[in-house]
Amino acid sequence: MKHTLSLLVENKPGVLARVSGLFSRRGFNIDSLAVGITENPEISRMTIVVEGDDRILEQVIKQLNKLVDVIKVSDIKPESSIDRELALVKVEAGPKERPEIMQIADIFRARIIDVGTRTLVIEITGDVSKINAMTDLLRRFGIKEMVRTGKVSMLRGAKAVKEE
Amino acid sequence: MSKKQKMSGAEAFVECLHKEHVEVIFGIPGGALLPIYDELYDSDIRHILVRHEQAAAHAADGYARATGRVGVCMATSGPGATNLVTGLANAYMDSVPIVAFTGQVPTSMIGNDAFQEANITGITLPITKHNYLVKDARTLPDIIKEALYIASTGRPGPVLVDLPKDVQTEEIEFEYPKNIKLRGYKPTSKGHPLQIKRAAKAIMEAERPIIYAGGGVVISGAHAELLALAETLMAPVTTTLLGIGTFPSVHPLSLGMVGMHGTKYANYAMTESDLIIAIGARFDDRVTGRLDGFAPNAKVIHIDIDPAEISKNVAAHIPIVGDAKNILKELIKELKRKPKSKWSEKIEKWKKEFPLEYDRKSKEIKPQYVVEQIYDLCPDAIIATEVGQNQMWAAQYFKFTKPRTFITSGGLGTMGYGFPAAIGAKVGCPDKTVIDIAGDGSFLMNSQELATAVINDIPVKVAILNNKFLGMVRQWQELFYDRRYSATRLDTSPDFPKLAEAYGALGIEVTKPGDVRSAIKEALASDKPVVIDFQITPEENVFPMVPAGAAINEIIDYGEKI
Ligand SMILES: Cc1ncc(C[n+]2csc(CCOP(=O)(O)OP(=O)(O)O)c2C)c(N)n1
Repeated sequence: MKHTLSLLVENKPGVLARVSGLFSRRGFNIDSLAVGITENPEISRMTIVVEGDDRILEQVIKQLNKLVDVIKVSDIKPESSIDRELALVKVEAGPKERPEIMQIADIFRARIIDVGTRTLVIEITGDVSKINAMTDLLRRFGIKEMVRTGKVSMLRGAKAVKEE
Repeated sequence: MSKKQKMSGAEAFVECLHKEHVEVIFGIPGGALLPIYDELYDSDIRHILVRHEQAAAHAADGYARATGRVGVCMATSGPGATNLVTGLANAYMDSVPIVAFTGQVPTSMIGNDAFQEANITGITLPITKHNYLVKDARTLPDIIKEALYIASTGRPGPVLVDLPKDVQTEEIEFEYPKNIKLRGYKPTSKGHPLQIKRAAKAIMEAERPIIYAGGGVVISGAHAELLALAETLMAPVTTTLLGIGTFPSVHPLSLGMVGMHGTKYANYAMTESDLIIAIGARFDDRVTGRLDGFAPNAKVIHIDIDPAEISKNVAAHIPIVGDAKNILKELIKELKRKPKSKWSEKIEKWKKEFPLEYDRKSKEIKPQYVVEQIYDLCPDAIIATEVGQNQMWAAQYFKFTKPRTFITSGGLGTMGYGFPAAIGAKVGCPDKTVIDIAGDGSFLMNSQELATAVINDIPVKVAILNNKFLGMVRQWQELFYDRRYSATRLDTSPDFPKLAEAYGALGIEVTKPGDVRSAIKEALASDKPVVIDFQITPEENVFPMVPAGAAINEIIDYGEKI
């Protein structure tokens, strides 16, 4: 099963290596990982998406909690969270294809952020399935390049992933 | 005392160690540590020059295990630091509080493949509890305080602090921190009261309880509470290899060690129990044998300070996270005395029926006999061991009664550990006799430390159970590989007594059982380091034994066929 982990970590060198080391040791492939600063500049937040055996993942979460630089780990459930990802997609777009591509972008509330003679760059934000749906549609035009940020997640309502 | 003083990073380093009451450092200098060694030259912190950095780490580890205090070792950048790696991994596996300081190339050169540069914080990431690369000398006092704190609290473990050369020379305004603030590190020490109540209920309902005590009981200092628990319940106690000494092995409720080379009765009792009270033990594969055959009818109460150990290998029905001593104190309050039961009788019968056995009438020196005689002549000794058969014979035949008297490499199984660890233990406990029970293979892995022992007047004794084989591996080859002794013959070892003499230690050779006791007496009477070379039966095996892949009740005894 896929899991989304939200980690509060010290904003220090080496933290990423410590965290990722625990996953690689158990043979987990990290689907995506997004890191950025929080409201407190000394603390960063990571959102990690992994898939694997639940029992082993529970072990990894316990090991993560033991890292001195890890302040908090939450396994965020999709029902109780909102998540977003951003992607930039560079599509082959000759003059003939352009209108159709722009229409697709429009439907997905994506934005065209760069126009070349034979390409368009589309910026899309949304949950993972929305981004997948759009890129699937664009595939037949030819995707030259794509970059995704990885998912970021937050709990709904007043609840927060906070230092205790 | 809030006056700030100007000083160099190296001076601050020494000052911090003073403030932390570090009395001894095991190490070897090098270019990247020159500023610190220059400060140590005038300091009253004792520095013990070892002859290989691996031994520095093991000595710090032996010191820590024998005293319960943090052991400190030091090595220069590059090869000095990488030589510490085995020692750090060893301390990590056995939860031993040591702090390693390493020299590093100047911060401006890090990452350039500079001379003697190794990314030691990267290398040791998975084998340290935590590590630091100090980039700014002003952070040094905080880091040193944190390093010692992290090493020694919660589930202890090794911490490494990497010190670039320019950090050692940089001038700072020194002020020793009073507090530690670590947002991400708050070990639990108190057990959950509700869980303790649930555990007490399960214990009172159990008919066939067994207490399974591990190294956590040593670390927590919970041996008195363990004894009280066992006597309240009249419940048998078995220990792991690292739990040896937490419960007096001469006590009627003692079952000795469990697992691969445990006693038959401990393994039978574990298998037939209906409740395991695990205390500071981690259900290692050497203890459990084949997991689906392990204690099939038992409920498990698992007391451990490390939540990550709960249900890792064996599912716990009632986990209690916290310090063993605290938890046992609370737990005992909830219990009522239990009388002897049918279960007690069954266990007593097993104990009578399946004692540890070896050929006591042999004309050759039997290793088990040597260990028994060491115990007889020096029951209060601290015993360190190497790894292999020697280690198991020491565990089986020396009757340990106190914690911190058995110093052995459990999780990593590091040959070459025992001798430097014995040196560390002797430095920490100078009034105690310290004996390394060794194999001829393991001893050669760190025998250069004879120089350290002689020059620093650290009179440890080494009892080599010399079987002229890498014995434990040979045993497996005998039993499972048709006696094909591939690469396990050691008939070309040096003359050990002569080797000892070459370093200025005393060497004794023993070839007859009748000379065993007098040799031990001579070694104990000497004020020098001593190496005794006991020429034992070459193909003696360690029994009982659970073959790999078997359940622990499928245990084979002396003279039985596999
Ligand atoms: C550093 C290291 N290398 C290899 C091994 C594998 N090993 C385990 S026991 C053993 C034999 C030990 O021989 P010796 O020290 O003579 O002890 P004995 O078993 O004969 O008592 C070996 C090679 C190990 N545990 N540690």
